[in-house]
Amino acid sequence: MTTTGEHFELQPGALRHLADAQMNVELDTGDMILNLGPQHPATHGTLRLVVRLDGERVISADPVIGYMHRGYEKLSEFRTYPQITTLINRIDWLSSFANEVPFVDGAEQLMGIEAPPRAQYIRTILTELSRISTFLLFLGEMGLQIGAITPAFYGFRDREYVLNLIESATGGRFHPNFNRIGGLKDDLPWGWIAECREAMKIVFESCDTFENLVAGNEIFQARTKSIGIIPGDLGAAYGVSGSNLRASGVDWDLRRDGKPYLAYRDLDFTVHTHPDGDSYARYIVRLEETRESAKMVLQLLDMLPAGPIMAKVPRIIKVPEGEIWVETENPLGQMGYYVVSKGATGPFRVKIRSASFSNVSILPWLLRGSYVPDVVTILASLYFILGDIDR
Amino acid sequence: MADETPTTDAAETAPSQETPMGTILDDTEAELLARLEAELGADAIIESANSFGTLVVRIAADRWADAAVVARNTLACDYLSFVGGLDWMPAPTDDTVEGDTSTPAQPSEQTPGLAGSAGRFQVFAHVESTSEHYGITLKVDVDEAEPRVASWVSVYPGADWHERETWEMYGVIFEGHPALRHLYLPGEFEGHPLRKDFPLLARVVKPWPGLVDVEPMPGDDADSTEGGDA
Repeated sequence: MTTTGEHFELQPGALRHLADAQMNVELDTGDMILNLGPQHPATHGTLRLVVRLDGERVISADPVIGYMHRGYEKLSEFRTYPQITTLINRIDWLSSFANEVPFVDGAEQLMGIEAPPRAQYIRTILTELSRISTFLLFLGEMGLQIGAITPAFYGFRDREYVLNLIESATGGRFHPNFNRIGGLKDDLPWGWIAECREAMKIVFESCDTFENLVAGNEIFQARTKSIGIIPGDLGAAYGVSGSNLRASGVDWDLRRDGKPYLAYRDLDFTVHTHPDGDSYARYIVRLEETRESAKMVLQLLDMLPAGPIMAKVPRIIKVPEGEIWVETENPLGQMGYYVVSKGATGPFRVKIRSASFSNVSILPWLLRGSYVPDVVTILASLYFILGDIDR
Repeated sequence: MADETPTTDAAETAPSQETPMGTILDDTEAELLARLEAELGADAIIESANSFGTLVVRIAADRWADAAVVARNTLACDYLSFVGGLDWMPAPTDDTVEGDTSTPAQPSEQTPGLAGSAGRFQVFAHVESTSEHYGITLKVDVDEAEPRVASWVSVYPGADWHERETWEMYGVIFEGHPALRHLYLPGEFEGHPLRKDFPLLARVVKPWPGLVDVEPMPGDDADSTEGGDA
């Protein structure tokens, strides 16, 4: 059917009437469609939510993602193994160091080499520091989403102590690119260990501040308790992982329960869970996990072994043919890579499993029936990074 | 009860079973495989392998949906990690460009991965148990001409987005999926970017700058030429 040119099948006016009729039908339902994003402060980047509303109540929510899709799975097929760490640094940009670990670990396992103990310990320390910096931002920012501006400043301020540590050890605040296949680029700088101990004191103080200022606040509790409840079994079936799943009472932490990786088997730590599964539970679990991570860093500093930081690796990294699935407990949840190697200098296929992708995929179910102001609270409490959704 | 006899046999013989990668199934995996076989029937499992302590099982295409039900209900794999696609065809290389180091040289023949593959495309998924702390990778062959496989959305609701991604990236149609529409790519996008014959468009538009200054690696003449002749 064409409306231009000389062969009219329908009169032009008729089409317009059709369009009008369709619009009237839409208006009659009384629903309103609200476009939240892609440039909305609560969406941490470019997540768009198409929310259908009946008054203040959400009838359906459809997240539209892909505004930042960079195609890392395809790009990985065109890179060598050492080059790929640069790419995967940018998946979850708040905890880049933690992203590198599973990929490098997978390549090492395929090659049959093992990083020396000191490298494993430093990796563990930096992974936990990434977790602390990610969570400190969350603990402050969650307040901001609810309307309390002060905690955000505390969050950004205290995170900076941790970022300084990461920067002084690796050279990069956000994108360390510090892991090498077989170990690390450098050893820790002089005086770093003492600085790190000092910074952990600040982290503990910061956690106490957030506990009193945010978690103990009545308004905060009213806005978050019994809001956005995720049942544990449904969360797992959706692939929700990490602190979000532990806040729903699922006692599962890959640092303790997964295949042994890094130095976690040598550590004494508690996995915190919360039975409620609401936004408040997610806040409390992350608060406790920040403290736990700081304790872990202190333990690791005490036990830090001496020795080399690089294993003996060939000049040209060629990974033998094989397939491996590696997963780690990243700040945002389960991060995994399925690496297929055909014996070349680069992988044949890399499937990237990022935490936020699955954490956010539960949103259509979770937001249905909630109210507009709670949409922002729920989004904030799930805590996702756009790069981690869009890869 | 009658059909349980072969499975107990399988459990006993499985630990010594050599897989194509030369790895041996350990006790937990052998037991998992035996339970999967007991529920699905031996004909549903085409091949199995061990990848660094993770069981990889290739399921018959018509039993893919049942495999999800068994994994979730019987094997307590309540957590869906991912669903993805695999394309085993080697990427076509451009012989007209000399010394192209932009892509690591991959083998030029199609070789199947762990647990084998009947053709070019496969769909694979990884499920885990949050209580028992193990995981299984499941694979299924997908026809090249008409890539279709059953959807897992009714068992694992989280498969929704993963299957949409696999559909747009590989062109695999998931039967029973509520709404197969674009996830990452714009609606009018043509082609399936993660298929091996889909070129990396950035390199098509602008050649790799490394083409002009290719240096052999010091002391390694054999490897220096390898990057270009693929």
